[in-house]
Amino acid sequence: MAILVNEKTKAMIQGITGRQGAFHATRMAGYGTRLVAGTSPGRAGAEVDGIPVYDTVEDCVTKHGANVSALMVPAPFVHDAAFEAIAAGIEILVIITEHVPVHDAMDIMAYAEDRDTRVIGPNTFGVIAPGQCKVGIMPERVYRRGPVGLVSRSGTLSYEIAAALGESEIGISTAVGIGGDMVVGEGFVDLLRAFEHDAETECVVLVGEIGGTAEEEAAEFIKTMTKPVVAYIAGKSAPPGRRMGHAGAIVERGRGTYEAKRAALDEGGARVADFPWDVPDLVASCLKD
Amino acid sequence: MCPGSDYLKLYEYMAKETFARYGIPVPAGSVVESAEEAEQVAGSLGGPVALKSQVLSGGRGKAGGIQFAPDPAAARKAAAELLGSTIQGLVVDRLLVEEQLFIEHELYLGLIIDPSTRGPLIIASRKGGVDIEEVPGRDIVRERVDVRWGLFPYQVRSITSRMGISGRMARQFGGIAMSLYRLFRGEDAVLTEINPLAATTNGLVAADGRLTMDDDSAYRHPEVPDTHQRTEIEEKIAGLGLSYVPLDGRVAIMANGAGATMATMDILEHFGSRAMNFLDVGGGASGEKMTEALKTLAGTDPDVILINVFGGITRCDEVAESTREVYQSGALRGIPLVVRLVGTNEEEGREILREAGISAHHELLGAAREAAALGGGTATGGDGDGDTSQ
Repeated sequence: MAILVNEKTKAMIQGITGRQGAFHATRMAGYGTRLVAGTSPGRAGAEVDGIPVYDTVEDCVTKHGANVSALMVPAPFVHDAAFEAIAAGIEILVIITEHVPVHDAMDIMAYAEDRDTRVIGPNTFGVIAPGQCKVGIMPERVYRRGPVGLVSRSGTLSYEIAAALGESEIGISTAVGIGGDMVVGEGFVDLLRAFEHDAETECVVLVGEIGGTAEEEAAEFIKTMTKPVVAYIAGKSAPPGRRMGHAGAIVERGRGTYEAKRAALDEGGARVADFPWDVPDLVASCLKD
Repeated sequence: MCPGSDYLKLYEYMAKETFARYGIPVPAGSVVESAEEAEQVAGSLGGPVALKSQVLSGGRGKAGGIQFAPDPAAARKAAAELLGSTIQGLVVDRLLVEEQLFIEHELYLGLIIDPSTRGPLIIASRKGGVDIEEVPGRDIVRERVDVRWGLFPYQVRSITSRMGISGRMARQFGGIAMSLYRLFRGEDAVLTEINPLAATTNGLVAADGRLTMDDDSAYRHPEVPDTHQRTEIEEKIAGLGLSYVPLDGRVAIMANGAGATMATMDILEHFGSRAMNFLDVGGGASGEKMTEALKTLAGTDPDVILINVFGGITRCDEVAESTREVYQSGALRGIPLVVRLVGTNEEEGREILREAGISAHHELLGAAREAAALGGGTATGGDGDGDTSQ
């Protein structure tokens, strides 16, 4: 198995006829994802690479049983599209779009909580269970299937680490991006908990960065886990007071520092890598133990 | 307005205009740009005034950026001193001239977004007037607000009760809290703060205020001016829609992804060098944007330019095309280029670079080490363990 998605997942894309949507529909389907449908309001009846297009998420759910949706509409339309997906009963909503207004994100998370929908993102590369299902925009060839769960705030950095693991012949059960925004759905703790209960996962790699307290909260949870965790934190050299690309990646008033996160993770029992390329060795030693 | 830059911080006078629009009491006053105007405003206010420098930095009071004047002539003199002065490197070109408040007690009221609860959080204290970070935890009251229902009066009563205020002050505080929450939601704020919320003989007044807006919502608020203070280079790169932060090292970096760009900076530092900037061209930036960004980086006169791309959405062939174009345009003027290129369309990218006579690294370690050595670093690693496991 894997967490969140697997070979049984029936995926759909909201915004499937858009530039990003159409491009990634082809790649997701090509990977073997059961991509059953997509939406593009006003374009019902069209097809993208043989995948049927509907006006509403409800149609994708009732006609095709879609249960996971990748949301790729432009930021101003995410609020409406996310509510539509949640109302239609989508179980896992993956919001790929970046620059979503943060007040819209708060509304979406509150509604998702009411309806027991799990939200990944916004501003995420998505989720991939290698060899089973890909719902997102990640370069799929860097992932091989195996026993490591990977959870990351950052896209490219997680590709880097997945590739380094792959070169050491270490595979991944599921890789998930929580998203780079201030307000996101599933956090490190939610996903660590899911990996802790996943039979396929033996070890978890957490890729964090400066800013916020998500890594510290993860460190507290790691104390309760039976599976080993390897962590890497980016932003050691970042100056305080400047936001490094991601909404949360800023050290302000001495909070969210690399040192604090590293100390918390050390204390929580994670093995913290100094560099991305150190992760495979640490994981290999965890898997041996 | 650029989504990738720092949040949009409004000047005090803009924050107070917004407060007033939501019915929050603020001192009478106006913003001025000359000593003459300051004198006029002081005259029309008819009493002692405060002259407050409008700069986006903390510690304004300690830096001498606030002065008081008993009459219009003194206001003119004080304004002449303040206008054109600098506070933490920022030139004062506007003053807020306000009635001077006679404050009996200072409270604090703020609203932030709490990432761990994914919602708004009210922070209040009966000990205002100082940085809230310096107030002991026992004097701080926190209250979560559910965006589904908004702020209830019972929550406000709970806040004032825990703060230990009562009577007219508590009722007025509650009204201001309700208004501030409406403002927070209505204006797409990420942070707003009234500090101090001053108790005067005429009731509570927002003596100072902060309001920081969500850049990603800027399209919904066309009336809000762009207050970002950017250098020419920041302006240029922000105009491309890319995320850029100038730093103090000698190695210019272009990388894709915020986390990967930070990791690149960290690795350079490990090798005894430092990044000159943070530049994230991730998210599928077009070739033209990368070309412009690279030319702009070359213009900052670095010792070396390091390109680190692990292509996902970003395509290596596009990166290579941009790199070749800039290389062949002469814009580099001899600045050495170190390229690490892997991921989507890697082979095509490498071929493009090979034809142009540029060699590309496969491993980040090797690329970072070479760039660091050219950028004043040690090439062996700050603590001697740089080449583990490669």
